[in-house]
Amino acid sequence: MVNLKINGIAVSVPEGSTILDAAKVANVKIPTLCYLKDVQKCGSCRMCLVEATGARGLVAACVYPVSEGMEVQTNTPKVRQSRKTTLELILSTHNKKCLSCARSTSCELQRLALEYNCDEDKFGSPEEYPVVDDSSVSLIRDNSKCINCTRCVAACDMQTVGAIGPIRRGFAKHIGSPFEVALADTNCVNCGQCIVACPVGALTEKSNVQQVWDAISDPTKEVVFYTAPSVRVQLGEPFGNPVGTNVEKKMVTAIKALGQNVKCFNMDVTADLTIIEEATELLSRVTTGGTIPMFTSCCPGWIKFIEHNYPEYLDNLSTCKSPQQMFGSLLKTYYCEKNNIDPANLFVVSVIPCTAKKFEVERPEMNLDTDVALTTRELAKMISEAGIDFNAIPDGEYDNPFEIATGAGAIFGATGGVMEAALRTAAVKLGGEGQPIEFSEVRGTDGVKEAEYTIGGVTVSVAVASGLGGARKIMEMIKSGEKNYTFVEVMACPGGCINGGGQPYVPDEIRNSIDVRAVRANALYTYDESLPLRQSHKSPVVDLLYKEYFGEPNSHKAHEVLHTTYTARNKFN
Amino acid sequence: MTIAELNAIKAQYEDLIKIRTIVREEGEKMAAHTGYRKQVLVCGGTGCTSSSSAKVIEQLETSLKELGLDDVLIVKTGCFGLCALGPIMIVYPEGAFYAQITPEHAKTVAEKHLVPGGSMVKEYLYEGTIHEDGSIIPFAETPFYKKQLRIALRNCGVIAAESIEEAIGAGDYQALAKVLSGMSPDDVINELLASGLRGRGGAGFPTGRKWQFAKASVNDVKYVCCNADEGDPGAFMDRSVLEGDPHCVIEAMTIAGYAIGAHQGYIYVRAEYPIAVNRLNIALEAARKHGLIGKNILGSGFDFELELRLGAGAFVCGEETALMTSIEGHRGEPRPRPPFPAVKGLFGKPTILNNVETWANINPIIMNGAEWFKSIGTEKSSGTKVFALGGKINNVGLVEVPMGTTLNEIIYEIGGGIPNGKKFKAAQTGGPSGGCIPADAGDVQMDFDNLAAIGSMMGSGGLIVLDEDTCMVDIAKFYLEFTADESCGKCTPCRIGTRRLLDILNKITDGNGEPEDLEKIDEIANHMKSSSLCALGQTAPNPILSTMQHYIDEYKAHIYDKTCPAGVCKSLLNYYIIEDKCKGCTLCARNCPVGAISGTVKNPHVIDTAKCIKCGACIEKCKFGAIIKK
Amino acid sequence: MTQIPFKGTPEQEAELKAFIETKKHEPGCLMPVLQEAQRIYGYLPVEVQQMIADGLGVTLAEVYGVSTFYSQFTLSPKGKYKVNVCLGTACYVKGADKVLEAIEKKLGISAGGITPDGKFSIDTCRCVGACGLAPVVVINDDVYGKLTPDMVDDMLSHYID
Repeated sequence: MVNLKINGIAVSVPEGSTILDAAKVANVKIPTLCYLKDVQKCGSCRMCLVEATGARGLVAACVYPVSEGMEVQTNTPKVRQSRKTTLELILSTHNKKCLSCARSTSCELQRLALEYNCDEDKFGSPEEYPVVDDSSVSLIRDNSKCINCTRCVAACDMQTVGAIGPIRRGFAKHIGSPFEVALADTNCVNCGQCIVACPVGALTEKSNVQQVWDAISDPTKEVVFYTAPSVRVQLGEPFGNPVGTNVEKKMVTAIKALGQNVKCFNMDVTADLTIIEEATELLSRVTTGGTIPMFTSCCPGWIKFIEHNYPEYLDNLSTCKSPQQMFGSLLKTYYCEKNNIDPANLFVVSVIPCTAKKFEVERPEMNLDTDVALTTRELAKMISEAGIDFNAIPDGEYDNPFEIATGAGAIFGATGGVMEAALRTAAVKLGGEGQPIEFSEVRGTDGVKEAEYTIGGVTVSVAVASGLGGARKIMEMIKSGEKNYTFVEVMACPGGCINGGGQPYVPDEIRNSIDVRAVRANALYTYDESLPLRQSHKSPVVDLLYKEYFGEPNSHKAHEVLHTTYTARNKFN
Repeated sequence: MTIAELNAIKAQYEDLIKIRTIVREEGEKMAAHTGYRKQVLVCGGTGCTSSSSAKVIEQLETSLKELGLDDVLIVKTGCFGLCALGPIMIVYPEGAFYAQITPEHAKTVAEKHLVPGGSMVKEYLYEGTIHEDGSIIPFAETPFYKKQLRIALRNCGVIAAESIEEAIGAGDYQALAKVLSGMSPDDVINELLASGLRGRGGAGFPTGRKWQFAKASVNDVKYVCCNADEGDPGAFMDRSVLEGDPHCVIEAMTIAGYAIGAHQGYIYVRAEYPIAVNRLNIALEAARKHGLIGKNILGSGFDFELELRLGAGAFVCGEETALMTSIEGHRGEPRPRPPFPAVKGLFGKPTILNNVETWANINPIIMNGAEWFKSIGTEKSSGTKVFALGGKINNVGLVEVPMGTTLNEIIYEIGGGIPNGKKFKAAQTGGPSGGCIPADAGDVQMDFDNLAAIGSMMGSGGLIVLDEDTCMVDIAKFYLEFTADESCGKCTPCRIGTRRLLDILNKITDGNGEPEDLEKIDEIANHMKSSSLCALGQTAPNPILSTMQHYIDEYKAHIYDKTCPAGVCKSLLNYYIIEDKCKGCTLCARNCPVGAISGTVKNPHVIDTAKCIKCGACIEKCKFGAIIKK
Repeated sequence: MTQIPFKGTPEQEAELKAFIETKKHEPGCLMPVLQEAQRIYGYLPVEVQQMIADGLGVTLAEVYGVSTFYSQFTLSPKGKYKVNVCLGTACYVKGADKVLEAIEKKLGISAGGITPDGKFSIDTCRCVGACGLAPVVVINDDVYGKLTPDMVDDMLSHYID
């Protein structure tokens, strides 16, 4: 342990800690911009400068290692002046349209500018602002607000996608796609990890809110929402609830309050349905010598990633649509038929913690069954705009018939969740009742998780990728022949959907001090434990669907409605 | 190769080379047994090559063949230092110094001087080497050379730059032999520590301490790097060493490898230096062939390999961590320190990095000892320093002087003063990281600490002389344009600060300056100094701060009076014709591109300042000095 | 960025790919590969950078980021005659800016540009190290020193056939 003093407060921290780490122990706040726990640590923005004994001049707390007997001062006139000038220089390049900015009140720059009493016009803002790239259906890059912290690049690099990077140098340095092509024309997988990393309003999702309002106010339309498993543990945050609060019941009430006759369904239902279809497909592949390993297909970021980078493995993808698209198709077929609705008049809105789902909705294979995919953030905005006092409204229940789902569907929102849900059902199918419910080996936020199970005499070797970095590792191991898996789950976002690109913004201060992914995942697992049904094959809704509509898993009808195909893409665009 | 074999080559070539450094009579005696009656040294450095020295050599070879002179040796050397007089050719043993030689001159020299019984062609000799009585001063006795002490440049312009035999003959690799045959790594480092050698790349960090840290880092893999990314515009000493004596760098890096326990080195050299790159490649191949790098060097069991990496035009890569990031194949952005390179450098391994001139000092220190080195220079800056003398000075070129030599000695005695009778205004040292030394501080003894004390810095050794026609605000702007362009863009203070400082300077030189601009400059400049990530950003404001310190009146003249006292800043000037001096020759009117000058033959002309675009064409054409700007 | 269509030949591609094969296992080989690619093709268009990204197993963003960081890499083709004006300090204080102006005027393009017939391109650089000859202009491998603006016409006339 290393002993040092921060502003006179004695602390003892492990060797190799930075001043920023030590300051946290001492409860001393040091402002940061380019630093983001688990994503980037580069000392470039110069916001976290402090004075430290033994160092020449000011040092960056986020990267400067502590040493025995060091004395650190974080609040001297020199330090305050430096931070203020840094901010004022940034502000001289920043498009200060704060009132209408999507990040207003959640912007790290705005907060710091206020804290440090900045004059935003001190050094003028002489340059013309760069043009906005709104080519992508999922996200918008507005470089006029970019502060060159490169957190988005670090996030994209962690994903091993590399759709964006730093370009040129000096004042001309900016973030963009190679050869300045529009983001839509790159290998971007729309995962939105860049948005989540961005401290300001330079990266945002492409909003579909107005489309939804228009549908709600259109008397000829019937509007139905359905919410993805992880939304229930995210939506509370924008309304002041602690990270990981499950607000499912208030969420349902709020959605229904957005307009008269708005219905709200539970997407966990199609997660359960996915398990039945996918498990059947897997067993069929295993027993008939089909293409193995089979890859999950729930995550549209992963789908686009494999289409760009490993098109030779498209046959390994499960042909199951994602739960979002299964739900859309189910609504436009089964639901419309049953309720005698013209599918053209049914407006289907999914609520997901994801930006890639916006791209998925628009895939030609999907036939626009789901009309709009809204992120958790967009839903929160609609709730606010509608004047709904989120924390005060009563609890509500999902609408019939897509109301009841199992815990297996709920854990789809966390990495390993699809795998665990599949194992819960496969175990019973292979070994009969009395199998374990929980498979904790596949839980957790490690990039690559592996496990092997022998059930009923059959051995399955599985791998789970949390984040595309992990996915690439697994793919390379498969490619080189180093590993032979039966079944592989991939979620593009590190930690799974609970850390998706459409999740609410978490202030740096919180994000840098707790593991947001773990807290939200725990909330899902707690929810799972609380449910009476925890295995997809026990879902009464799924049961009814097969009885009334599909006949049996992987039937012709099921293939027509619930399965899809994929498109090989170029590596670079 | 063994040490005995090395010494055999040395013995074979030693006298041939000695002739080039000793007085005439002795040289003539020695020449007899070398097999060469005369030696013709032609500079093949970048400066002289640019002025066609290659054609001179070609012509010489043809002429010698035609004349059947097989006892005359042509030696293509590195830079002699007096680039302004190039191409340069020196004939030994007499030391006749021919300047601005053309192929025709060379032919004449061959026919009249190089033939048996020939004599010097006086009209082609450099006038500074001819006494009034007609006798010649040997090159080494000229004022340009006499005040110099050539340690780093000892072999530049003396040996054939592409010949490893000549390099060995001149003493290269003797220090390596001495180290490998009888010194421990600690002995080497202690010798360096005792010598007081400080890094010649800019910051002046003690070289021995750097090596000591790297040796202390425990790791199987370590690296030795050479910074030959000489980016300071106006400095070219590293290039000269690489072009003139590449083996001295290879030798020194191998010694460092032995001292710290590294077996691999990288030389990171500017791609803009094609001759240096070529000579380094030739030298590396020769050294490898002779077993002076590679496995089991000189039979010692020590292995060391060297690889060349080319820069691609980024000044910031002169910063050590940026250079390493660049060798690793990335954008040359600096990394925060600590960890220092001696602990975690190239590819995450302990690394030392020294610049070319520093490496060039290693052999003499090992051979002559720390005490000898310490006896040269000043107390805290031992040894010599090479300066690239440029700008408004007569003897543009490279000079190496003991630390502590005064600025005035360099400018007036070695540099030959300011051309065209102009007044010396200031000297700029340290390039874009340095500052200006005003003329009235000309007696400053040039060393690391004295320069820092007066707000400039040693830097890599660029020394640009400015005369009265130089506007100090404009010069500050020139350097800011450079650093703004070369900033890597990683950290906020440098990325945005350089640009905002430049904005303000542009505003001032455009005549739109406001009093508060000086305060803003101060705030940004001090912020960059205290808060930038690397030395580029921390020192980028120096040219402004130092010109503001010494020439604040010029800034104020631009801001308050909207005038440029030196007559440089276009927006603040108007061109006028002095009626009394104008002869009415009409030349100015005919050359004005916008027809702003009117007048009739033999009558004084007038400039319409509203039409004038201030291009300066008229001033250049006027033979009577009748046009002024004010 | 250039709008000129890519005209790489199979021979050029084979040469670059062979070089990449020899280098790809050396640490930090991206810069040498880019330098070689620029030597082969004269510039680094998207097609070439994709070959490099593919061959070295790095992202195109990384390759492009490096190629735009260093001033020696160029994304557009250069002229048959590359006019390089030194704007180092020694040249600057001796009036290199005026020489540059004269060249720009004569060729009708500004620094960084290329004439429509592809014959001349103008670039500026920081110090070629020939400070003794300041101000200096380099055209391909020919060096012109101690220039004044009125020597520009004569200098360029060697290349205008």
